[in-house]
Amino acid sequence: MKARRLILWLLLSAATQVSAGANETLDGYKRLGAGPFNPETGRQLWISVNTPQQDAAERSCADCHGTNLSLPGNHLRTGKVIEPMSPTTTPERLTDNRKIEKWFKRNCKWTFGRECTPQEKGDLILFMQKQDG
Amino acid sequence: MNRMNRIIASAVTASLLATTGVALSDNDSKKSLLSWFERTTPGIDPAETRLYTDECGSCHFPYQPGLLPAATWETLMNKLDDHFGENAELNEGDVNSIRNFLLNNAAGRANYGLPNKIMAAQGDRPLPLRITEMRYFVYEHSDLNRTLVEENPQVKSFSNCDSCHQGAKQGLYDEHNVRIPGFGRWDD
Repeated sequence: MKARRLILWLLLSAATQVSAGANETLDGYKRLGAGPFNPETGRQLWISVNTPQQDAAERSCADCHGTNLSLPGNHLRTGKVIEPMSPTTTPERLTDNRKIEKWFKRNCKWTFGRECTPQEKGDLILFMQKQDG
Repeated sequence: MNRMNRIIASAVTASLLATTGVALSDNDSKKSLLSWFERTTPGIDPAETRLYTDECGSCHFPYQPGLLPAATWETLMNKLDDHFGENAELNEGDVNSIRNFLLNNAAGRANYGLPNKIMAAQGDRPLPLRITEMRYFVYEHSDLNRTLVEENPQVKSFSNCDSCHQGAKQGLYDEHNVRIPGFGRWDD
């Protein structure tokens, strides 16, 4: 029937292909009062240049992860390759809630000098999910 | 069996055992005959745990625990929020699992070849935080010039073990399998 086929196509369409891990994470943030989330706000955070402490060097998410999330990045100090952040390119991205929280904790503290708020994390996740980076 | 025959039998058995042992031991031709009595695995025991490799190998090469003394690993694990200028904090449960893994397999705790040499070379000197500042390491790499490592864009730092040591992931650091990118094999 038409309705069933429509639903099938909707389910298959990219817009609804949000991974289970990320959904769970976003729901968690919503329960803490955050949302709605905005990928553009996430992008602004991503490219922002920060000096977390007085004597610290400037840094941004883009320094290691790049601005085009379908491309690999490089660890600024060790040079180690970092797989692309986009879940379209690297399917494991944003599927494990523990991993998401671990990296947010480390990287927000190092980049911004503090943990990211649930709102910021949600915005950043939405930014990462956007295929065109 | 009379005494003479017993002596001969013992001698034959002993030499058979020794020959078999040598035949079965690993292929490093420079090892002495007695080495088959010792641990036959050269280098560092990879003692691979998935957790350690995943958590501590995401930014740099996952350095095997046998490369540093337990005291150094302890210091590092207590200061993960400032890990050489980076934040390397872990989930609570993971910190303890990894700490145990490192301490149990550290140089000075794990009793075999390379970690023992590393500890012996360090002696009573103060312990650095970096593997590359351990006395054994400095000595072993002392004949390399800057062009090969620091100024080599494919290597950049002595911290990138697996850039040159082709067997690093398996814990093998001997001089037989070293290939410096851009320069070729390194033969000591």
